[in-house]
Amino acid sequence: MISGYETRLTQELQDIASRLGEVARKAGLDFFDTIFELVDYKQLNEIAAYGGFPTRYPHWRWGMEYERLAKSYTYGLSIIYEMVINNNPCYAYLLRANDLVYQKTVIAHVYAHCDFFKNNYWFGKTNRKMLNQMANHALHIRRLINEVGHDEVESFIDCCLSLENLIDLHSVFRPNPKSPEDLDEYARPKPPPRIRAKKYMDTYVNPDEFIERQKEKMAEEAARVKNFPENPERDVLKFLLEYAPMTGWEKRVLAIIRDESYYFAPQAQTKILNEGWATYWHSKMMTQLAPLSESEIIDYCDHFAGVVASQPGGLNPYKLGVELLRHVEKRWNRGQFGLDYLHCDDPKHRSEWNTNAGLGKKKLFEIRRFHNDITFLDEFLDEDFCHETKMFIYDFDRRNNRFVISSRDFGKIKSRLLQQLTNFGQPIIRVIDGNFKNRNELLLKHEHEGIDLKHDAALETLKNLHRIWRRPIHIETIYEESRRRISYDGSSHQIEKVT
Amino acid sequence: MRMESDLNRFRKIVRGKIKKELRRFISSGDLIGRQGKKQITIPLPRIDIPHFQFGSNQQGGVGQGNGEAGDSINQGEPQPGEGQEAGNSEGQHNLEVDVTLEELAGILGEELQLPNIENKGKKNLEDKQYKYTGILKQGPESLRHFKRTYKEALKRSIATGTYNADNPIIVPIKEDKRYRSYRVQHLPVANAVIIYMMDVSGSMGDEQKEIVRLTSFWIDTWLSTQYEGLERRYIIHDATAREVDQNTFYRTKESGGTLISSAYRLALKLLDEHYPSNEWNVYLFHFSDGDNWSGNDTAECMKILESQILPVSNLFCYGQVESRYGSGQFLRDLQKHFGENSAKLTTSQIKDRDSIVDAIKTFLGKGK
Repeated sequence: MISGYETRLTQELQDIASRLGEVARKAGLDFFDTIFELVDYKQLNEIAAYGGFPTRYPHWRWGMEYERLAKSYTYGLSIIYEMVINNNPCYAYLLRANDLVYQKTVIAHVYAHCDFFKNNYWFGKTNRKMLNQMANHALHIRRLINEVGHDEVESFIDCCLSLENLIDLHSVFRPNPKSPEDLDEYARPKPPPRIRAKKYMDTYVNPDEFIERQKEKMAEEAARVKNFPENPERDVLKFLLEYAPMTGWEKRVLAIIRDESYYFAPQAQTKILNEGWATYWHSKMMTQLAPLSESEIIDYCDHFAGVVASQPGGLNPYKLGVELLRHVEKRWNRGQFGLDYLHCDDPKHRSEWNTNAGLGKKKLFEIRRFHNDITFLDEFLDEDFCHETKMFIYDFDRRNNRFVISSRDFGKIKSRLLQQLTNFGQPIIRVIDGNFKNRNELLLKHEHEGIDLKHDAALETLKNLHRIWRRPIHIETIYEESRRRISYDGSSHQIEKVT
Repeated sequence: MRMESDLNRFRKIVRGKIKKELRRFISSGDLIGRQGKKQITIPLPRIDIPHFQFGSNQQGGVGQGNGEAGDSINQGEPQPGEGQEAGNSEGQHNLEVDVTLEELAGILGEELQLPNIENKGKKNLEDKQYKYTGILKQGPESLRHFKRTYKEALKRSIATGTYNADNPIIVPIKEDKRYRSYRVQHLPVANAVIIYMMDVSGSMGDEQKEIVRLTSFWIDTWLSTQYEGLERRYIIHDATAREVDQNTFYRTKESGGTLISSAYRLALKLLDEHYPSNEWNVYLFHFSDGDNWSGNDTAECMKILESQILPVSNLFCYGQVESRYGSGQFLRDLQKHFGENSAKLTTSQIKDRDSIVDAIKTFLGKGK
């Protein structure tokens, strides 16, 4: 796949990979065929900068990312642990310079990721031929660049990327909405529904006031239908694609960005669970299922410590994920679930609770099938776990201009975590009105949940939206403690209070 | 590398940003002291694609570890939910861009529209040196590398099984032979000299020196790209002048009167002794607050400049910084004597940091 270099695994690694593959399948993992490539750090940085893919459309931000990765590699700040693409077959990359223990660990880790990609519900709708799709996108955009010009296309891509998070994660799981049904077969409005009654009872069962009310209801309904969009639309990109006055090539660019955004979304949605799952399995495989030899185990521990290291204040998804999975496994193995357990208030009894249920493994596979980060944490993060793993929440202390630990209260920790993960950490924004003020202006609404939008970024984003919609843009949000509408009309921003 | 073109697009954007911020960099002095040997690290605001996103300062997070409520968690910008090894850790740091001095000078030149410097009409002196740098498979027998050739032959005979340990005779064949290869290195001979002169009398405060420092840094940056080798000499003076090293030049604070002629005499002495004018491009920069001690001395200065210094130099620049006591007379005297637009003498008034850029442009804008 990568030209100019030999990227096939050495025979030794090939053997290891297929042996670990067998072990993994025997343990119950079920994954697409996985192709490993052996690359040097430059190639790995390059691939990583491209988000794991060998080819992407031309854009400066890959260059920026590459430079950042190259620099942090040079200074030893970070190394890329593993790189795997959700695709059928899966592609994964091994760093040529890594020692054998590391390679084994990464291979095991990758198999678990592939299993997760294949079986997790949230990945169900992703394109499994994305490798090809990405290459097509790249080709497509290269052609547009040739036709339209590099600067034009690139700056328009900047615009689209600025809006890439305005998608509706759940829309892929919803059936297409049906067309409105309140027109009869001749497309005339139906008469108001009457309650069935014998003729002589009709004036009593369906009195005039009732019919009037029904009519009003229908009129209301009709007025609602006239709303544009009919219901607030979370998939802002789709709305723009359908209604914004874009030229053909602009539409194609936006469609490509949207497509890729949907492809990457589940990875952001399942970061903790996916990494936890992979870490759980590589550690299980390296220590139990296909144990490393004595001479290797120290190196392995060293790597593992790096993987689950936590920075002060940071939350390491690998660590949180694997610890919570193990916690769940333990609970279900010991039967620590169900009403009796939940209602048990005696800590001693609780901690010694063991019915030898042995359901841990089954539960884990169930979790990897159905959960994403939010549902996973919502369902399984409990008080015991919170205390055991020393979780806390921190906030910004304005007086001292630093972040301080603000609480270790379980309820607060959990709600903060869930809040952060909602909509994969992005603000929820909907199109409310595509014909605002009856002047073809665009009104968005930010569902404010306690955290303001970053103001300067929001102003810039409005400009980018304006570039696409070509009419004034408004967004309703809370800014400086009151509900305001921030607008951009093509030349300047206005902020006004709304009631 | 496929990344090449994306990287170039990115670098172009960065270059644009530097250009935009150049005036700020010049007057703030951010870049001085950030230079390595050949490179300068420039702090730029992170180049980012804006999103509707959450502000970071309001947003606390969830962490793991020890500590009581109220304890600082000892970090600047947290990135909740992101691990160290996830590859996408660092969040909002500034962008630190490395540029070479040449690149920076190029940007400076573009931004200030500086013309390239016309050489004084002499050929650049250059020296050649031959250096053995590598090994080739072809070459003249006289350059044959015995050891390497022997090794190759030994490897081959072991590999083919003809090597006999009891009778270790190695016969090299043509493919075994290795030859030294050489490269011609062009050694530039320093052919330009800058003499910086600064008034360090009591009236020159720290801010004035900082301005001088900044101005000279950028002049240096520009001139060093114009000449392969560049020598610098530093002279400080109050009532007497002496030559110092770069460090002292910027840091000394003396007091006392001002006799500008003393500096010019010393400069002249340096030129006479070390830099014959037919081989050297000579640049002189003099910074002062213009408060010369006496009219007599000023007249003396004009004489030295006119008859001795200007004839042998490419350019003489006088920058007058404004001190706490206001601006001196020397600038006007010079302008009166030589006219506002003399061929080799350029003057500029540097009122504050913001006028550094203009001063540089005036000094170097002639392309001498």
